[in-house]
Order: sequence, then C-alpha cells, then structure tokens
Amino acid sequence: MAAMPARPSVSSAVALLVLAAAALALPLAIGERPFELRMATLILLFAVMGQGWNVLGGFAGQVSIGHGLYFGLGAYTTVLLALRLDVDPWLGLVAGALVPALCAVLVGIPCFRLRGHYFVIATLVVAESVFQIFTVWEWVGSAVGLELPVKPEGLANFQFHRDKTPYYYIALAMLVVVTGALWWLRRSPLGFVLRAIRDDEDAVRGLGFSPQAYKSIAMAISGAILGVAGVFHAQYVLFVDPFSVLGLHISVLVALFAIMGGVGTLAGPILGAAVLVPLSEYARIHFSGSGRNVDLLIYGFLIMVIAVYRPDGLMGLWQRARVAAIRLTSGRKGSDHAPDVHLPARRRVARHDPRPSA
Amino acid sequence: MSEQLIIQLIVSGLGMGFIFALIAIGLTLIYGVMNVVNFAHGEFLMLGMYASYLAFATWGADPLVTLPFVVAAMFGFGLLVYYLLIRQVLGGSMQAQIFATFGLMVFLQAAAQFVMGADYFAVRDSWLSGVVTVGGVVLPVPQLAAVAGASLATAALYLLVFRTAVGRQLRAAAQDAQAASTLGINPSAMYALAWGIGSACVGVAASLLSNFYYVFPRVGAIFVLLAYVAVALGGFGSIHGALVAGLLIGLLQVLTGFFVSSELKFVPVYMLYLAVVLLRPRGLFGRS
Repeated sequence: MAAMPARPSVSSAVALLVLAAAALALPLAIGERPFELRMATLILLFAVMGQGWNVLGGFAGQVSIGHGLYFGLGAYTTVLLALRLDVDPWLGLVAGALVPALCAVLVGIPCFRLRGHYFVIATLVVAESVFQIFTVWEWVGSAVGLELPVKPEGLANFQFHRDKTPYYYIALAMLVVVTGALWWLRRSPLGFVLRAIRDDEDAVRGLGFSPQAYKSIAMAISGAILGVAGVFHAQYVLFVDPFSVLGLHISVLVALFAIMGGVGTLAGPILGAAVLVPLSEYARIHFSGSGRNVDLLIYGFLIMVIAVYRPDGLMGLWQRARVAAIRLTSGRKGSDHAPDVHLPARRRVARHDPRPSA
Repeated sequence: MSEQLIIQLIVSGLGMGFIFALIAIGLTLIYGVMNVVNFAHGEFLMLGMYASYLAFATWGADPLVTLPFVVAAMFGFGLLVYYLLIRQVLGGSMQAQIFATFGLMVFLQAAAQFVMGADYFAVRDSWLSGVVTVGGVVLPVPQLAAVAGASLATAALYLLVFRTAVGRQLRAAAQDAQAASTLGINPSAMYALAWGIGSACVGVAASLLSNFYYVFPRVGAIFVLLAYVAVALGGFGSIHGALVAGLLIGLLQVLTGFFVSSELKFVPVYMLYLAVVLLRPRGLFGRS
C-alpha cells in the first residue's frame, strides 16, 4: 500500500510533466524528417478536434457526425478574410473561432429539439448540405477551392515554408490551451450541468435548467474549437476546398478518434489521435503502394476487435492496465483496492444489457 | 415542359426511390428488432452489386437470373455477420455496437478495394437494358424493372412480417424481447432473422441496381446515406415509414437534380428531413 501513490493526482502530475517534456522535445528527435513531423502535427491537430467534439459528444452526450462543418467553416473564414479583405491571420483565427461557434448555435436551435438517432442524422444532414452548397458556390471557390496568398514566413503571418517545426509547436500550444480549458470546464458548474444532461435530460429540466441553453453553450464551445483547428489546417496547407475540410470523412474521423480514445474523458481524444493517426499513416506508406487501402483493412478490423473486447475504448484499456499495475504493486491483494479505480464504462455496460437473462 | 419528360422523371425517381426504400427497410427492420444501427448496410449493397457484376462478367449470367442467388447469399451473409460479430457486442454498450458495425463498414470497403481495385464496373447490355416506348413515352427498362422488382419484394416482405407466424414472432421480439422469450420465442433467433432479412432486402436492391448503376468500393456510401435519412424521416423502426420516405426521397432528388442542379440534388432531401422532424421529432411514422 505504501508503494502506491495515495492520490492519483500526484502520479498524474508527474506523468503530465514527462508527457509535456516529451512533446516539447519531439521535433528535436524527429529532426529533418518531414513525414514524421507532419504526422506529429496531425496527431496534435486531431487531438484538438477530438477535444472539441468531446465537449458536445462526450460531456453533454449529444453525438454529432457533422462536426467537420465547423472545422471547414473555420478554415474557410480565415482564407476568405485573407483573400478578400487582406485580414491578418491572427485576426482570422479569432474570426475562425467565432463564425463556426455562431453557426453551431444556429444549427443547434432546430437540432437540439431532437433526441438520439434523430439528432445524429440531423447533424449529418446539415453538414452534408453545406458541403454540397460549397461545391457549387463560386464566391467560396466552389469545388476547385481557394489558395491562401503566400506571404513571407514568420509567426506574424502564421506561415512557415522551409521548416515546418513552428506549426508543430503552434498545434501543441493549441492542444495544451484547449485541454487546460476543458479540464477547468469539466469541474465548473457548467461541466456538471452538461454531464447531467447526458445522463438524464428530463431530470435537468425538472431542476429548472434549460437543457437547450446549456447544449447551445456546449455546441458553441465545440464549434469554436473545431473552427480554430480548421484555421490551423488552412494556414498549414495554405489551401481549402470542400472535400478536404468539409467532407464527411472529417466528421466521421473526429467522432471516431474521440470515441475510440474514450468518450467524455480529457485524455481520450489525445490517446485516440496518438494511436490511430500513426496507425493509418504508417499502414498507408507501408502497404498502400498499390493503392489497395491495406491501412483501412487493418483499421476496420481493429475497430471491430476493440468493439468486441474493449468497448470502453483505449482509455478503458489504460485503466485496466492501471488496475493490474496497482494490484501487482500492492502484493496481489487487488480485490480490496479495486474500488479505488474508476471503471465507469464497465458499469454502464452491465446496466445496458438488452439480452434476456437466459 | 412536356408531360413525357415528367413521366420519365417520375419513373426514374420511383426506381431510385424503391432502391432507397429497400435499403432503408432492411436498416429499419434490424433497428426495430434490436435497436442497432447497421453502419455497414451500404457495404452489404456494394457486396451484392459486386456479386451480381461478377456473375455477369464470369458466366454471362444476367442479374435477373442471379437475383435469387444473390438474395440467398446476402441472407446467409447477414446471418454470418450476426453470429460472428453482432452477437458478441449485443450485451455491450451502444458505443460497442457502433464500433462493431462501423469497423465492419471500413473493413468491407477496404476489402472490396483490395480485391477488386478502385475501378468502376458496370453490367452492360443485360436483359433489362434499353428503353421501351409506352404511348409515346420513352421509359428506361432498368428503372421500370427496379420499380416492379422492388415493389414485389416489398410486398413479399410485408406479407412475411405482418401476415405470418414468423413475422408475428419477429414483431413480438421487437416490441419486448423479454416478454417474447417467456412466450417461447427465442430472441436471438429473431435477431438473426432480422439480419438475414435485412441483408436479403439489400440483395434485391443490389441486383436491380446493378442493371443501371456502376459498382465500385464506395458505392454503398452514396446510397446508404440517403437510406439513413429515409429511416429517420420515416421514423426509426417503422417499415411503412421507410417505404414512404424512400420513395419520397427518390422522387425529390431526381426532380431537383433535373430542375435545379445535379450537384445540389440531395440538399432538398436534407431540408425535407429537417422540416419533418421539427414538426414530428420521431419522423413520419415513428412511435414515441
């Protein structure tokens, strides 16, 4: 018992410090390899997007498969402002957070009246409509897309041409800020109301809170985070087109990474992106010379395996490992200590068993 | 605007509509019986279309001839998916069920691309090709056949579900699995049957569709997206709803594609969905 940290927060803090140091030092280890640097940046970007999705999907329990919309709107906002009005990219970043947040609230007004699968389909339908409209709308570049004007590199212009390492650090800063803000949000009264909505919306209404208003706030925060990620993407690739920023695959991947990492947890989206982005990138270069998509074959198979064996996602796997480690360090008297470790997803599994008890 | 053109558009809209409806009925049946949304449903369609195409390319067997075999094979495939995958996650959370069918979708799509490549294939000059002229109106035969075949299949399904003992058991299991099992109905067998029938419906759609649509690894995604909307528009779990909504969507997208723009042809469908669920949050025929 003595060997075991009394409060998990101490070990968490140490782990966080180690992780932060590793994240800061990573570009040094990667050096001049663009593939790895790009992958590391992508992991951070998808982690930010997953965190954003999680505010609505995880905290408030409103599963959306239309979140690519806010990513795309963020990207388009900054590019259009730069192209048409020559607006500074950092102002573009602010606008790229505000515009998607506002749109998210507007989308929420009709959609939040719906529950369950009806809500999911509604988010999909809205995102797909905007995607199709953008493919024919000349002012936003239609299906061809828009190029961001190339400027001298530097932080002021949010553009780096020869060495892409600054992008990595900007993405890292984004992830740290977003994760920190959400850590605070989860503990705030707002966070509690959101989780209460997830668990029982009618009870929340009964207590005098307006679920619609709180869901709109979650949606706005969620949309703003996705929008910021979209701005970053636009500055990183210096180009937007409907398929690459508004496509359905973005919405699906974001939700998938967050869910596979662990719904409603702060580490889940980071874990999900850190495992799944490299998986798909490496599989792509190792197997896909033939254009035969072996990466997706492995990917799909793994998702099914996780569904059958670890339905609470990668976070569940991690918590299992922690339980096992605690049991080992406490001299295999594990059963006494087991209640110390939270396994919420597991309990939920037991409660929702639709099978007759036969 | 000539009457002839209108009739042609309606026939082609109904052809597509029945295809959407068959896919949506399969989805809604599975959902109704066990509350699982099959994300791989479009890929079942894709497999059926490849089966149809390959039989045609290898043996010259017409899609019409192979239809019963494709349907039987898809029925078996549905059972296989149920027993190998879905049964394993039945006791799990909703997340686990989403993963399972989503993973299957990604896997089947990638598998198709691995085996067949990303190329587009088409059944050319099948028995059901070309046009017929009825009273001065030129109508495409494949779409007419889709209307005829799919309405027959839908009628057969209605008889099975609403007029037979098995159908009654299926509906009983859908309403209350626990109560049904006390009456001697084996819910697991009913779940399996729902997967079999749901996949068989897609098999019919695939055979008919292969007469007038290309097959490629991502073909399922196009159709299933609208089929999901049809299921939700009709009301999750409602067979009538899926049929009506499927037809409505087929007509609407063909008419918009012609009169407005082919790039925007799905937008009115999506707007229709939003408008309907705002008035009726559980779709046209959904139960509360």
